[in-house]
Amino acid sequence: MSHISTEQIKHIAKLSRLSLHEEEIKLYSSQLSSILEYVEQLSEVNTDNVEPLSNVTGLDNVIREDVIVQNIVSHEDIKINTPKFDKNNFVVPGVFE
Amino acid sequence: MELSELTIKEASEKLSSGEITSLQLTKAVFSKIEQIEPKIGAYITLCKEIAIDMATKSDQRRRAGKVLSEIDGIPIAVKDLFLTKGVRTTAASNILDDFMPAYESTVTKKLWEAGAVLIGKTNLDQFAMGSSTETSSFNTATDSNSTTRNPWDLERVPGGSSGGSAAAIAADECIGAIGTDTGGSIRQPAAFCGITGLKPTYGRVSRFGTIAMASSLDQAGPMTKTVEDAALLLKYISGHDSNDSTSSTIEVPDYCHDLENNIEGLKIGIPAEFYGQGLDPQIKKLIDSALELFEQKGAQIVPVSMPIVKYALAVYYILMPAEVSSNLARYDGIHYGFSKLKENDFTGSILDVYQQSRAEGFGAEAKRRIMLGSYVLSAGYYDAYYKKAQKVRRLVKNEFEKVFNDVDVLVTPVTPTVAFKAGEKIIDPLAMYLSDIMTVPINPAGVPALSIPVGFVKDDGKKLPVGMQIIGPMWGEQQILNLGDSYQKLTNWHKEKPLIS
Repeated sequence: MSHISTEQIKHIAKLSRLSLHEEEIKLYSSQLSSILEYVEQLSEVNTDNVEPLSNVTGLDNVIREDVIVQNIVSHEDIKINTPKFDKNNFVVPGVFE
Repeated sequence: MELSELTIKEASEKLSSGEITSLQLTKAVFSKIEQIEPKIGAYITLCKEIAIDMATKSDQRRRAGKVLSEIDGIPIAVKDLFLTKGVRTTAASNILDDFMPAYESTVTKKLWEAGAVLIGKTNLDQFAMGSSTETSSFNTATDSNSTTRNPWDLERVPGGSSGGSAAAIAADECIGAIGTDTGGSIRQPAAFCGITGLKPTYGRVSRFGTIAMASSLDQAGPMTKTVEDAALLLKYISGHDSNDSTSSTIEVPDYCHDLENNIEGLKIGIPAEFYGQGLDPQIKKLIDSALELFEQKGAQIVPVSMPIVKYALAVYYILMPAEVSSNLARYDGIHYGFSKLKENDFTGSILDVYQQSRAEGFGAEAKRRIMLGSYVLSAGYYDAYYKKAQKVRRLVKNEFEKVFNDVDVLVTPVTPTVAFKAGEKIIDPLAMYLSDIMTVPINPAGVPALSIPVGFVKDDGKKLPVGMQIIGPMWGEQQILNLGDSYQKLTNWHKEKPLIS
């Protein structure tokens, strides 16, 4: 189960929005395979009736009143980091024809 | 003695008595930086102008009798993972090479509100992913055209990911420093550089404005010259923050003033699992001498067993990349950071913007972890990997809870070996991951842990520092700081300085 084929790597790269070179695909296929082989030792642990744990301090959902707070980030602050910004909008290549 | 060698506590006292000013102290730190920074490369960005201004204002406050805190006027180095408004923040990645934060992280905001002085932003493994600072995109050590080097031996790595902060403390290029720790990123470089580093309990320190790696594991903490200093800094960065719903509302103690050196009757657990194969016998010998010393002072040494803890590294290498893949989805080449859209001749689609900006902007380790995370979260594998790891995480946490019913603290090595040579492990990711076997289990459990210098060993003719890890129960910072401070009151390892040649 642990061996990851180059085909699978290509699929994961697509899910991850990363365009990879052939060389990287081969490298990641072998590196990810060895890491996954290592983590497969978890199958030795009996986890019947064990609940998954995601927060260690015992928090569940933290909710607050939905109130408007003063925005700490200005359009000017955003603009300096943005490749294309026009009339306070991010500019991207057209999505629909 | 140069002023840059002062601890926070010493400097604070000299500032109070009027013996020195913050401006003198800050200038002394910068003159030290000018001397040795080309060899060490601790910093990505130096903030001399800002520092001089902050120090001048601190001195003005002092003259007016309006001192803000015990750390008012103290020069601090900040890992370049904390957003600092108006000061370039890179996470040591090309994807954020020119990034100017629009707001301040809570940790740094608290530091400036207490009057601390920003010296600069320190180097790290890219997005805090690594154990050697070698995954950084920046060659900050200009003499060797390499990333940060270890002040004890310039051929070796400072550890990581907070390698720049650790090296800056060891080389007296700052008075105090801040790092972050997701699987050992404060404690391991602290051990490699012979300094003190604390990973607080998860939720003690707000994560707001800290560039996220794995949100359920990340925690910021102090990196300092002494345990006293760590206790002092911790107070100023801790506390609830409405901007981080996982930050705790539990009251923040006055850790430094509450330090207590009587360890009579303290039960120190020694988990055999942390002393296993691969541990350098010289390191074990140093830990054993520390334990003998504790025993002489009335502590009880209790052997304990933690059979599940060996699975924590596997848990970590599933959960961490899963969180990475989702946290790093925000780097899209559209909102900020490296972008193909900046290239005039770029004519690709929006998918090309995403895929190519990310491919060119991220380094190899970031991409590897994103890929691994996407895989373990993808349909068909989620239950086998992610959910299984979350279940074993609960067992790891339970095991820590159980052991702390029997003992007050645990003492272990921080690393199985001393600092390794640059280039030695970077080619084999799994070998690098395995070097974190003693620090990683702490983070999935959420408990706090301290790393302090416990002596030196000779390796290849070089004198290299060794760290001891003191682990406490949830919210048990005071207990581990007490034991660490007791040790530093009885020994002088933490006072040794590297000869930088």
